[in-house]
Amino acid sequence: MKKLLIAALAVIMSLPLVTVKAFAQVKVEDQAYYQKFKGQNVSINVHNWGEYISNDAQESIDVNAEFEALTGIKVNYTTFASNEELYARLKSGGASYDIVIPSDYMIAKFIREDMLEQLNLNNIPNSKYTNPQFTGMEYDPEDKYSIPYTWGTVGIIYNTTMVDTEINSWDALWDARYLGDILMFSNPRDAFALAQKRLGYSLNTHDPDEIRKSAEELKVQKPLVQAYVMDEIFDKMQGGEAALAPYYAGDALTMMAENEDLAFVVPNEGTNKFVDSICIPKGSKNKEAAEMYINFLCEPEVAAANIEYIGYSTPNTAAYELLDEETKNSPISYPPEEIMAKAEFFYDLPKDASAEMDELWVEVISAEVGYSKWMIPMLMIGCILFSVGINVVRSIKKKRDIY
Amino acid sequence: MKKLSRVYFWFVMAFLYMPIGVLIFFSFNQSKSRSVFTGFTLDWYRKLFSNNVILNSLRTTLIIAVISTIFAVIIGTAAAIGINSMNKWMRGMIMNVTYLPIINPEIVTGVSLMLLFVFMKNKIGIPIQFGYPTLILAHITFNIPYVILNVLPKLRQMDRFVYEAALDLGCTPFQAFWKVVLPEISPGVVSGFLMAFTYSLDDFIISYFNSGATSQTLPITIYSMTRRKVSPEINALSTIIFAVVIAVLVIYNIMDARKEKHTKRKAGAESL
Repeated sequence: MKKLLIAALAVIMSLPLVTVKAFAQVKVEDQAYYQKFKGQNVSINVHNWGEYISNDAQESIDVNAEFEALTGIKVNYTTFASNEELYARLKSGGASYDIVIPSDYMIAKFIREDMLEQLNLNNIPNSKYTNPQFTGMEYDPEDKYSIPYTWGTVGIIYNTTMVDTEINSWDALWDARYLGDILMFSNPRDAFALAQKRLGYSLNTHDPDEIRKSAEELKVQKPLVQAYVMDEIFDKMQGGEAALAPYYAGDALTMMAENEDLAFVVPNEGTNKFVDSICIPKGSKNKEAAEMYINFLCEPEVAAANIEYIGYSTPNTAAYELLDEETKNSPISYPPEEIMAKAEFFYDLPKDASAEMDELWVEVISAEVGYSKWMIPMLMIGCILFSVGINVVRSIKKKRDIY
Repeated sequence: MKKLSRVYFWFVMAFLYMPIGVLIFFSFNQSKSRSVFTGFTLDWYRKLFSNNVILNSLRTTLIIAVISTIFAVIIGTAAAIGINSMNKWMRGMIMNVTYLPIINPEIVTGVSLMLLFVFMKNKIGIPIQFGYPTLILAHITFNIPYVILNVLPKLRQMDRFVYEAALDLGCTPFQAFWKVVLPEISPGVVSGFLMAFTYSLDDFIISYFNSGATSQTLPITIYSMTRRKVSPEINALSTIIFAVVIAVLVIYNIMDARKEKHTKRKAGAESL
């Protein structure tokens, strides 16, 4: 038993060492720059989205392993699933990170609450590759806190065998002909954005009236909707279970690779565009090593490998040049000017506007379900009374049995 | 009627094992899809072993499970022995306190542990790092009740004079515990160990609140994939874990059957 335990422990401890490390050895511009922390036992904590970095040693670059080999800095890599989760983690003060990659509106919130370190761009020479289109953005007007990592747009992905009209407007998601074949986002911000764009409002409207009208639109749409989904969309669209759905351009490409019948379009009314940017949160223990990591992510070869892995669009001009012609000219990944001109970022909404949105969203989701809002509390009280009753009856019985 | 019950039996079995079957089936799928099967491949298994994110979190999960279970078994067994020798009133009270963490929603346990650790770090000044230390402490905490609940019944079954008899025959208290009490309660200890280990392996909520910047367990890694897409490498990993569990069960049962045969034969020989 003891031997078995020891053997098991030994196997566990050596798990990641089993991997064969076939280093592709990325070419970096300034080899000397990366040598600074060699042999000093420095480590950095990186917190990124799940499945958001190239990590397959056999087919492309294993970015973290390459960085460790090049600089001698150890990377502790962990992942999160949403901006809000990241916010909670940073606020709780439990863990300290050196690198995080939030989206635009969350960066604005971080900056407002003074949670980010200012970047020293002298330490990040590769920031010169950032496409000027993605500098001076509303969430970080002076580019002091963030370097863009990926970007993308929201559009409609549809199955050409199930749709016979040309899709070019958000109206398609409200089209009664596709009753039961429409999927929708399952989070309020994304779902409201579509209704707002359809009505010609801004995605960032504070006007309670406009928010309410958008909610009315969503209620009108509800009977047509087959399901409110996030990542289940992959299965449903690839399997041909639904005809139309809104989703992110990069993920639409992934779906289209599996099912030839699928197509993607960004509607004429305009859409939501997003940027995920690399930041250093306050409390970082090794800011310079973190900046070295950012610089490494901006190396053309590394950025290109990441973009190929993720499937979103790159804000890095040199990495863009490394992509194949088909991707470079894809109107899905890199839409023409006129579409981009009409695309909007999410801003961080004021508290009352987002609270109203959340409240109305609950109304939309629970609309027309055939029970009153008192039913669940009544049911719970009923259960409690029932269990108390049983216990009382049992104890009375027990007493009777004894005497 | 018999036919109907057989149909019902197979229906239940299918309901229990179909999901695992589908998962195993799609771990051999050529494409990333979870709905369209495009052809057989072992690619995901190959990729799994070069995916450091998944392998590291698997390692973290296993290390935490092993360490926390060992501690929980030691503490829990000691606690069970203590509880067993208490008077009725104390025992009842302590047992209620022990049940509480099990009945308590996991999310409450998770958040309260996190608050405790942050409080210790910021207010009391104990330099506790979020990561392995907090994860292991949290897992020990929620594992102890399961060990106690598994060991106590065995202690109740045991003749409590056996221990005293061992002392009378010249054992030191430690020897008496090691040679007499422990073998008696060992089935309870083993089942407590297994239960604590499994709970530790698949705990998500408590780990979620107590993991740090340097370590993350497998369930958290899988959860974080849900925004993009859960990678099929996870199917491959789940298949391997399932195969290991099945293998352990089969080996355990074979060993058990052999042991039984052995004791039966022995008993038979003695009666002759």
